[in-house]
Amino acid sequence: MNVVAPQINDLWVYLSTTPLLGLTVTLLAYQAAWWVHRRSGSSPLANPVMIAVAALVALLAISGTSYQTYFDGAQFVHFLLGPATVALAVPLYTQFRRVRAMMLPVIAGLLVGSFTAAVSAVLVARLFGASLVTQLSLAPKSVTTPIAMGVAERIGGIPSLTAVLVISTGILGAVLGRYLFDALRIDDAAIRGFATGVTAHGIGTARAFQESEQAGAFAALAMGMNGLVTALLLPMFLPLLQ
Amino acid sequence: MIVALTQLLVLQLVGEVIARGLKLPIPGPVIGMLLLFLLLALRRGPSPELQSTSQGLLQHLSLLFVPAGTGIILHLHRVADEWLPLLLSLLLSTLLTLAVTALVMRLCTRRAATGE
Repeated sequence: MNVVAPQINDLWVYLSTTPLLGLTVTLLAYQAAWWVHRRSGSSPLANPVMIAVAALVALLAISGTSYQTYFDGAQFVHFLLGPATVALAVPLYTQFRRVRAMMLPVIAGLLVGSFTAAVSAVLVARLFGASLVTQLSLAPKSVTTPIAMGVAERIGGIPSLTAVLVISTGILGAVLGRYLFDALRIDDAAIRGFATGVTAHGIGTARAFQESEQAGAFAALAMGMNGLVTALLLPMFLPLLQ
Repeated sequence: MIVALTQLLVLQLVGEVIARGLKLPIPGPVIGMLLLFLLLALRRGPSPELQSTSQGLLQHLSLLFVPAGTGIILHLHRVADEWLPLLLSLLLSTLLTLAVTALVMRLCTRRAATGE
């Protein structure tokens, strides 16, 4: 015991300074989360991002590892968000015929949805006494992480808090979408996908691809368009809310 | 796979250069997505390699949000202090946005259908 303990300690000190550990636990946590998701019959309630994040937060807290140390490894996964965003053009192209046929509903849904997402988040938070910084960090919560962080910085929110709120929104949208659409009797895969993408960006898009390729392509389109619209318009109309 | 991955990274890089150069508020990857879309329109579709690589990346899109989501650990204090407004804001705004967007689109689809 007296001999083994220092060795384990040395090993831990070594491993905790290399990116290997952060990267490996991210993939392990995600695969465990997928397993749970599958076991639940792919229920939206067992969202894989939510399960993986909860497991990793518990792991970091228990092992006393800082987020920075963890992220040194996990950044390799995080980095792939860039090429994955570019890759969204592929399903978008394959589904473009249907998109073109739905131009009017797409543009109307985009403008109304984008406005609703930002304004309702800020107003509800204000009504229940959130600080101004929190309100501003919430405003871009429905757009994809890199855009939302940039917008938060420009309007006076906290970018890293916004990233967390964006992901929470994505999880909520992915979890609740199916039940809400079923209750409202919205069956069109294009509409379900697009509304999910406007509300819940990439996480909603991942969920929409599970429903069908068409829903996924419309979600990807909505995510890209809402990113553009929010980045351009939110800094302009936000002063009206203050 | 390597060729397709290189294509995606080159387009992201070009997007990044355009975004920074023109000081656009849009991130590089989103411009890269628009550029790839234009390329696909010109070439009438993706190569089989690009098709399978992007499918592979997008199949596990959720994984890519896990590292940033774990960042919640940096904000546990704020979340503990303001959990009620945060929870209600996220929940109500998410439900409202989903419903309003879908209902507006259905309304417009019906208009378009009856108008033609």
